Amino acid sequence: MKGSLIILSFFIAGLLLAYFGLVPDFLINIDYSYYALIVLMFFVGIATGANPKTFEMLKKAKFKIFLVPISAIIGTLFGVAVVSFLLPTVNIEDSLAIGSGFGYYSLSSILISEVKGEYLGVTALLSNILREILTLLFTPVILKYFGKISPIAVGGATSMDTTLPIITKYVGSEYALTSVLSGTILTIIVPILVALFISL
Amino acid sequence: MLLFISVLAIGIFLGYLMRKRKVQKKVDFLITISIYSLLFLIGVSVGSNELIVNNLGKIGFNAFVLTIGAVAGTILFSFIIGKKFFSDNKNTNVND
Repeated sequence: MKGSLIILSFFIAGLLLAYFGLVPDFLINIDYSYYALIVLMFFVGIATGANPKTFEMLKKAKFKIFLVPISAIIGTLFGVAVVSFLLPTVNIEDSLAIGSGFGYYSLSSILISEVKGEYLGVTALLSNILREILTLLFTPVILKYFGKISPIAVGGATSMDTTLPIITKYVGSEYALTSVLSGTILTIIVPILVALFISL
Repeated sequence: MLLFISVLAIGIFLGYLMRKRKVQKKVDFLITISIYSLLFLIGVSVGSNELIVNNLGKIGFNAFVLTIGAVAGTILFSFIIGKKFFSDNKNTNVND
C-alpha cells in the first residue's frame, strides 16, 4: 500500500506541475519515456532471470498450483472483455491490454501509455491500482464466500508482494507459496500479454 | 512491441547468466528509480494534455468498470477451479 502511494504521488506531482505550467519545456517536448521504458524492460528482464526463485519454483511447483494464475488470466480477460461492451470509449483490445496488468500498474500503464496514448495509460494505471486496493480491502470477504484460491487469483501479480501479507494472514500460511508462485508467474506474463494486446 | 519483448528476453537471458552475482538488489533499486521517473514523466504529459485533464472523471469511471469486470471474472473462474481441484478450498480459518 505504501508503495502504491509513493508511485501515485510521483504521477500526481508530474501531473500538477505540468498542469500549472511549472515544468521546463524540454521535459515536455522530447519523448524521454520511450527510451526510459526500454531501459526499464531490460532491468525487469535481468531481475526475472537473476532471481533464483523464478526457475526453482517452476521446478518445484505441482501442476495444480499453475491453475491459480491460469484462473486469474482466463477470468480477468473474460471479465474485462464482457464489461468493455459497456464502455463506448474503450474497445475490446484495449480492455484486454488493461486487464493484462493483473494489478502490476506501473509497468502495464507505462507500456500502454507509450503505445496507445495517455488516455488509456491513465485508465490502466487507475484500474490496476484499484485491483490491488480491492484485494487489500476484500480478501476476507472473497475468502469467506468463494474459497481460498480466489483472493490469490484476485490479487493477480500483487499476490507475491504487496498483497501477500494480507493473503497469508487470512487464507493461511500454507497458501503463501501458492500466492508467491501465482504472483510471480503473472508478473512475468504481464509485459508479454500487455505487449501482445496493444499490438493488435 | 517486438522491441520491448526482445529487450525483456535479452534481459532474462543476461540475468540468468548473472544469477550467482547477487545483482538482484541493485537491479530492483534501478527498477524502482525507473518506475518513479517514468510515472513522473507520464504525469507531466498527462498534466499538459487538456483532453485527459478534462476527462479524468470519465477515465476513473472506465477504470472502475474494468476493475469490477476483471475481479468478478477472476472470482468466477477461481471459484470453479478451487471447487474442482483444491479439496481444502473451503474457508476453515477461524480468524476471519
